[in-house]
Amino acid sequence: MTTGLRYVYAVCRPFGTPLQAELRGVGGAPPALLHHHGLVAVVSTVPEADFCEEALKAHLEDLDWLAATARAHQGVVDALTTVTTPLPLRLATVFRDDSAVRMMIEAREEDFGRLLDRLHGRVEWGVKVYLEPEPEPAEPEPAATARPASGRDYLRRRRQQSHAQEEKWQQAERFARSLHERLAERAENFRMHPPQNSALSKVPGRNVLNAAYLVPRAHSEEFVELVDRTKDEAPGIRVELTGPWAAYSFSGEESGAEPSVESGEGR
Amino acid sequence: MTTPSRFPEPYGQGSGANLADILERVLDKGVVIAGDIRINLLDIELLTVKLRLIVASVDKAKEMGIDWWESDPALSSRARRDELTRENAELRERLARLEELELGRAPKEAP
Repeated sequence: MTTGLRYVYAVCRPFGTPLQAELRGVGGAPPALLHHHGLVAVVSTVPEADFCEEALKAHLEDLDWLAATARAHQGVVDALTTVTTPLPLRLATVFRDDSAVRMMIEAREEDFGRLLDRLHGRVEWGVKVYLEPEPEPAEPEPAATARPASGRDYLRRRRQQSHAQEEKWQQAERFARSLHERLAERAENFRMHPPQNSALSKVPGRNVLNAAYLVPRAHSEEFVELVDRTKDEAPGIRVELTGPWAAYSFSGEESGAEPSVESGEGR
Repeated sequence: MTTPSRFPEPYGQGSGANLADILERVLDKGVVIAGDIRINLLDIELLTVKLRLIVASVDKAKEMGIDWWESDPALSSRARRDELTRENAELRERLARLEELELGRAPKEAP
């Protein structure tokens, strides 16, 4: 009977500003607002052929499909972030029809209300610290010119090299920790994410800190400036800022932020 | 229309946010609600692990010039085909040699 399913991007409070007319969601359909019980579910219709259980299972294994869907999902949530404080749902939250979405809203009404109150007017900033990749060996072909005279020489050289590397690591970690402390002071809350795999992120260097900070919009400018100022502080270390994101990392159950920077060391 | 100007401009999103940034959030974060279409969340977590492994192993390995699996018959179908072709040719050759031998011997045995 129904030709499509309902994909839900986010839940928010009613807002006055209309969404951009050209905004498109997953599969190219324009998102719509479903008002119910003083809340708004942002939904769009997706083809059943792509989002029934079997199809979805297969699609999720397809990196290109997954990337396109993730970007479309994020695109809608991002558009909402410019006009209100959305509560982003996890990718591929799909219902049969509008009435099923309404039932879900009723069932979760209290949770939504509490989370929306807590996050109102706040955004998430992502901060990552990278240890820049090793520059090409400083001495060109040392093997030919300075061949180790003995096994002991060789071992000593190896030890020096690994010592230098270890030193850089410690320096990067110290920097990450101090940066995190300064940022956490300006933020209401934070989350530590596992360091990113450079193969997936396609970003050079080794990710030593991958954190998310919850910051009121009103203080965002200062926060961004603070991050910007640290960018030239340490040679060989790169600081990357992303955002403002909807408060994805703070939409889970209240578990409290881990108090340490431990998870930043991903070796 | 005027409200968005109060909001900070997107800083790194779109251009700066990489796919890992986005997947990290839309797959692993956000409110979890069981929809009508059941997708096992474990699948999604496994998927991210799997993706990391796939991307890490194949791309990375190729990047580093490692392609041994392409010539290993146990891992590559093409290598397997090549192996079969080679074996086939070898067998044909041996058969031809045996037939020749047989032919050479035949006149003697016939009388």
